[in-house]
Amino acid sequence: MNALVRKVERVFNEPACPTNRGKPDKERKKGCSKPLVPGAAAGGCAFDGAKIALQPIVDVAHLVHGPIACEGNGWDNRHSASSGSKLYRTGFTTDIGELDVIYGGEKRLFRAIREIIEKYDPPAVFVYQTCVTALIGDDIETVCKRAAEKFGKPVIPVNVPGFAGSKNLGNKLAGEVLLDYVIGTEEPAVTTHYDINIYGEYNLVGELWQIQPLFDALGIRVLANISGDARYREIACAHRARAAMMVCSKALINLARKMEERYGIPWFEGSFYGVSDTSQSLRTIAKLLVQRGAQEDLLARTATLIEREEARAWSRLEYYKARLKGKRVLLFTGGVKSWSVVSALREVGMEIVGTSTKKSTPEDKERIREIMGGDAHMFEALPPREMYRMLKESGADIMLSGGRSQFVALKARTPWLDINQERYHAYAGYEGMVELVKQIDRAIYNPIWEQVRQPAPWEKED
Amino acid sequence: MATVTTTKKACAVNPLKMSQPLGAALAFLGLDKCMPLMHGSQGCTAFGLVLLVRHFRETIPLQTTAMNEVTTILGGMDNLEQAIVNIYNRAKPDIIGICSTGLTETKGDDVHGFLKLIRQAHPELSETALVYVPTPDYLGAFQDGWGKAVTAIVEALCEPVPKTAWQVNILPGCHLTVADIEEVREIVESFGLYPIIAPDLSGSLDGHIPETFLPTTLGGAKIAQIKQMGGSAATIAIGEQMRPAAEALEARTGVPYRLFDRLVGLAANDEFLAYLSELSSTPISPKYRRQRSQLVDAMLDGHFFFGGKKVAIGAEPDLLWQIGAWLGEMGCEIAAAVTTTHSTLLEKLPAAEVVIGDLEDLEKRAAGCDLLITHSHGRQAAQRLGIPFIKMGLPLFDRLGAAHQLSVGYRGTRDRVFELGNLFIENLPEHHADSWPLPGESHETVPQSEACH
Repeated sequence: MNALVRKVERVFNEPACPTNRGKPDKERKKGCSKPLVPGAAAGGCAFDGAKIALQPIVDVAHLVHGPIACEGNGWDNRHSASSGSKLYRTGFTTDIGELDVIYGGEKRLFRAIREIIEKYDPPAVFVYQTCVTALIGDDIETVCKRAAEKFGKPVIPVNVPGFAGSKNLGNKLAGEVLLDYVIGTEEPAVTTHYDINIYGEYNLVGELWQIQPLFDALGIRVLANISGDARYREIACAHRARAAMMVCSKALINLARKMEERYGIPWFEGSFYGVSDTSQSLRTIAKLLVQRGAQEDLLARTATLIEREEARAWSRLEYYKARLKGKRVLLFTGGVKSWSVVSALREVGMEIVGTSTKKSTPEDKERIREIMGGDAHMFEALPPREMYRMLKESGADIMLSGGRSQFVALKARTPWLDINQERYHAYAGYEGMVELVKQIDRAIYNPIWEQVRQPAPWEKED
Repeated sequence: MATVTTTKKACAVNPLKMSQPLGAALAFLGLDKCMPLMHGSQGCTAFGLVLLVRHFRETIPLQTTAMNEVTTILGGMDNLEQAIVNIYNRAKPDIIGICSTGLTETKGDDVHGFLKLIRQAHPELSETALVYVPTPDYLGAFQDGWGKAVTAIVEALCEPVPKTAWQVNILPGCHLTVADIEEVREIVESFGLYPIIAPDLSGSLDGHIPETFLPTTLGGAKIAQIKQMGGSAATIAIGEQMRPAAEALEARTGVPYRLFDRLVGLAANDEFLAYLSELSSTPISPKYRRQRSQLVDAMLDGHFFFGGKKVAIGAEPDLLWQIGAWLGEMGCEIAAAVTTTHSTLLEKLPAAEVVIGDLEDLEKRAAGCDLLITHSHGRQAAQRLGIPFIKMGLPLFDRLGAAHQLSVGYRGTRDRVFELGNLFIENLPEHHADSWPLPGESHETVPQSEACH
């Protein structure tokens, strides 16, 4: 546990994060997560965050060491897609019982690892610590070490019990796990000057595949995507990339910085949501690769591709621009998605009447202010009751948010679109932007709205 | 009839089971103006919340005491107090339903003691019911949590009150859907009886459009109604999981109970309606006589397709019994049965074996079956097995109207006969010219040359 405490302290002390640097020493130690208020908290735990970040390594077995709740209540519930192995969608848990709590669960864990290797023979097993097994003192690091020796296969301890903190902290600690145990342990068969890493792209609903053809056209190879549609071996070879892009705001900033410190891989923070953000990200990747020895013509090729694809996207968006111009959007999502989606929607002429900044960093907020000009309506938090009232009074033509607040919009008979992890549509790159706008159009212009807003005949006023 | 075995594996693969506190929280969600509160780390609540939101497609009020490493070790009194006060200030619920988790149970938090101190320190909470149910994650399963929560609700709120002859209590198990509860209510009311249903998910999670958006449950069994349960003529418990709650109610208030272990199937419903008729001294209405006749006809029309079919079921004990015992009555063979926790019903199931295990155990035994029945997590197994799949239970995260699946009553059973029967019809084997080859020795009885002429 001491090791975990030290690890958490180090993660909270993040030199690459300007917010963190801006704090006085004492505050910095408390970390970036806001203190949780009992009875008024929402969101996942650190274990949840670690699993979200690592589970898209699709060919390994993810084994949760704990009681049934941690895996049984939430397995196979995300739309992170795989082009190959489906093993990551298999739920493995030691499902510990009362006797394990009393006598310790280490032996059961060791046997569980053995069973998995015998039955499924994955390239590696990731073992997740949980609150109960941490509290009774199960030493998963030692069990994993012994199992790795015995079975001749990497067995990676993910010592991130839920009570260590928030989901965001869990993301970061997952990055540490990869740095400590996986990255740099294997060598790629070939390396090129066009190899990149992507951090924080989970390939939800296959979004990576909306970007991949662009990379292919430019001859850029994604060496490791940490992690989405990822293979264990790719992550193990990630240290040989020439440049990297960090996608999901600050979730894996520690990984990005350390990859630069240890292996000299330069990185930048970018987004694939929206036409101009996508282009900007491609330009930056090309620039970084050229700086690291790629042929200069990559820049020109990138510019040509961007010009062609932007034109194609805009011509496909033309139809929607007329239909969506001036439509008012209420946006509720966290972190990077706020500013990148805000700028994306403004590109097609929609008006943002409000956006939440609950999970946004001060930097994110500044960027929203820049994009939206002086008319930024930023909400730190909006209670559902307020949100409902606002929507009922037609304060917006559509709400974009995550699954948990969808019913506030729907019950207010307001169009709604899912832009979080449970959605069914992919919104990345030029393709994704067209898809997002198409889905917004479908939602707003669905004929049900007229019908469901009509009161029953016997409820009509005279 | 069945041998009950427990899987010997150290590693559960593709869990069928969900945890006790989540079942308990769902029971609290069947009470009006309620806020369920899990005493554990915020993840315990977050995972459960996502699961219930996706199943019901509704906003789910569910809070957490947000325990961390330090507060766990020091004890959760402060967090529990803060959570209750914060919920009270923000939501003013009639009742806060507190479920412990593996984390706080391992530490050994004395929540009953905490609640006494919290009550003393906060007189403003005097009008708010605080019901606590211990539900460690590492024991039992979802339906156990539901059963324990209802027992805790009864013990906290029910007292003997003056009797009302036409009033009956209904204690439904968590295997009943919103539609099932509505059906039971309609049947009971047809006898002129007034049912108090607790928990009542048909009031809170039936997917209606509320007037406003409150942070608590909107609908369900009201506290005032639950307090009147001690005055009922009888308690009807549905599902073996409800026996302890029904017993507790009888012990506290003297209201006798009758347990129906299922309400799917002809005989089961005959028994139910005959009981209601006797209790109310009212004949069975023409509507249900007609429905019975329709079910009998459906069974006659449908039995061709059920007879001899091999079915694999993964479900919690009461749901397994409800569907498995009925399919046995329809002529199916329960070729594989996997469940989550112990129950006296398991041995009675018309199957050779019932395994307390996971979906890997089910998948292994389901090869060659004609039908797979389990919750949505069976989707990967169904795909690999390539056999028809009916989704039942919780969670059903890839189905619209999960709450409105009806199985109970004559009508519900009739519709299930049609649903499953249609699936069997769709999957009847197609025959080919070489479907019925003779064995080699039959060819030898006639010499080849003669057979040609």
